[in-house]
Amino acid sequence: MTLGHVIEWLIKGFVLALILLGGFAYLTLYERKVLAWMQSRIGPNRAGPWGVLQPIADAVKLIFKEELTPANADKLIFLLAPVITVVPAVVITAVIPWGPSFDIFGYHLNLYIADLNVGVLYIMSVASIAVYGIVLAGWSSNNKYAMLGGLRSTAQMISYEIALGLSFVSAILLAGSMRMLDIVAAQSQTWFGFIPKWSVLLQPVGTAIFLIATLAEVNRAPFDMPEAEQELTAGYHTEYSGMKFALLFMAEYTKMIAISAIGATLFFGGYNGPFVSRFPWLGPVWMFAKIFVLLFGMIWVRATFPRIRYDRLMAFGWKVLLPLSLAIVFITAVGIVLHDQVNHWFLLVIPVGSLLVAGLAVASIDRMLRRKDYARR
Amino acid sequence: MRVVEPFVEMARGLWTTLNYLFEKKVTTQYPEQKKPVKPRFRGRHVLKRYENGLEKCIGCALCAAACPADAIFVESSENTDEKRFSPGDRYASTYEINMLRCIYCGFCEDACPTEAIVLGDQYELSFTDRKQAIYPKEMLIEPAPAGAQPTPQKTEPGVYTRSVPAMKDPVD
Repeated sequence: MTLGHVIEWLIKGFVLALILLGGFAYLTLYERKVLAWMQSRIGPNRAGPWGVLQPIADAVKLIFKEELTPANADKLIFLLAPVITVVPAVVITAVIPWGPSFDIFGYHLNLYIADLNVGVLYIMSVASIAVYGIVLAGWSSNNKYAMLGGLRSTAQMISYEIALGLSFVSAILLAGSMRMLDIVAAQSQTWFGFIPKWSVLLQPVGTAIFLIATLAEVNRAPFDMPEAEQELTAGYHTEYSGMKFALLFMAEYTKMIAISAIGATLFFGGYNGPFVSRFPWLGPVWMFAKIFVLLFGMIWVRATFPRIRYDRLMAFGWKVLLPLSLAIVFITAVGIVLHDQVNHWFLLVIPVGSLLVAGLAVASIDRMLRRKDYARR
Repeated sequence: MRVVEPFVEMARGLWTTLNYLFEKKVTTQYPEQKKPVKPRFRGRHVLKRYENGLEKCIGCALCAAACPADAIFVESSENTDEKRFSPGDRYASTYEINMLRCIYCGFCEDACPTEAIVLGDQYELSFTDRKQAIYPKEMLIEPAPAGAQPTPQKTEPGVYTRSVPAMKDPVD
């Protein structure tokens, strides 16, 4: 490790943080625009052409707003909670490879900050820290709505983290490694020359579990229980204003970007795409396109589905997603063993078997929901 | 196929919102585009004039009496043929409406015997000072029609003796 390495890390970390913060600002604009279009509105269009300066106007407004602290709030924790929430959301992206390594001006540049051999574990552990921020924000506010929002968020995020982690396991098994670079490399080949070897094709149910658990993990609609407006005013950030609120908001949206980047890396081939091997600079472009599409999916789901009830959310997490994801890990492992030991066609066991199990799960939920006594509860 | 039914329903929901993404937008870009108001819209008051430029308001203060919010203040003075503002004996020398009190009920319109006060189509009534909330007669009265003299006019004696115009068709 030389001084040059340290400087390179510092610069890369700084640039990545700036990209994430800028991305957060423009993600809010993207979301507002898409939501507006889906509601037959135009969306922000006053600040600059097509509203491109709207995030800047919002930032200026939030900076100059008065910061309130509730009378009996726990001042230190109240101050620390937004920081605890926002730091993991930014730090989590350190292990994500944004593109292939290439030489530029005689310097070998790697488009990732850290190459951890337990990258996926790092993501899981850092993501868990964010729960503390939210529950402490709710608890230190001395407000019953904030408290309820914080408690809901703990229960929900911890429950869905298990399904999320198990869906990660299916991707890890398919790639045979926990290193993000290996996972991307494992998805870089193609079948028959044109079908990309993405994990989503081998493990569609694992991807679906990941996408659902992700929505719950970042508290997005239809799982936005911790900030359900109709029930809890604003949930855990009821008492926050000014820049502290902006930090909580930033954490939520940065987490959306981070989790989309993780999903793109684990299930949608990372930076792989046509012509990446010839033009390495296309890697970040493909990565960006995949993140963009995944974010669109999140916004689209928010514009479409109503919030589900809290008890059903927990029942779905524990009684459906957890057993289903366990079954999928099992099927993936069996498929890989059969593929290695018997015949490479046995790889088809993974998608077919998981889809069958998922169909079974859906059928059983369907039967349960159609029972007469369920509606009364 | 009961198993796929929930997925079909969810996909239909997503398809609906996706279609709305490309639908024509209904937003009106307000300060640039304005929608015309409805014919019976009750906006800011206007004091009307006759075609010859004389004011319809005769200062009877029936509007002030009818006003449930007590927003109107009228003070009347005598007309002379040298300085004539309205037909008849008297005219409103002061006519003020407090826009902070006005509830736009339109009772003043109903009470007016000469149809002098009318709730118009103007609805952009913001102001930054409480004193600006009181609209004096100069703001409320419409300008004299083209070719007519502004008030006060010098008129022939004995022409404008009726303050309320004679009703031609009593059914009207």
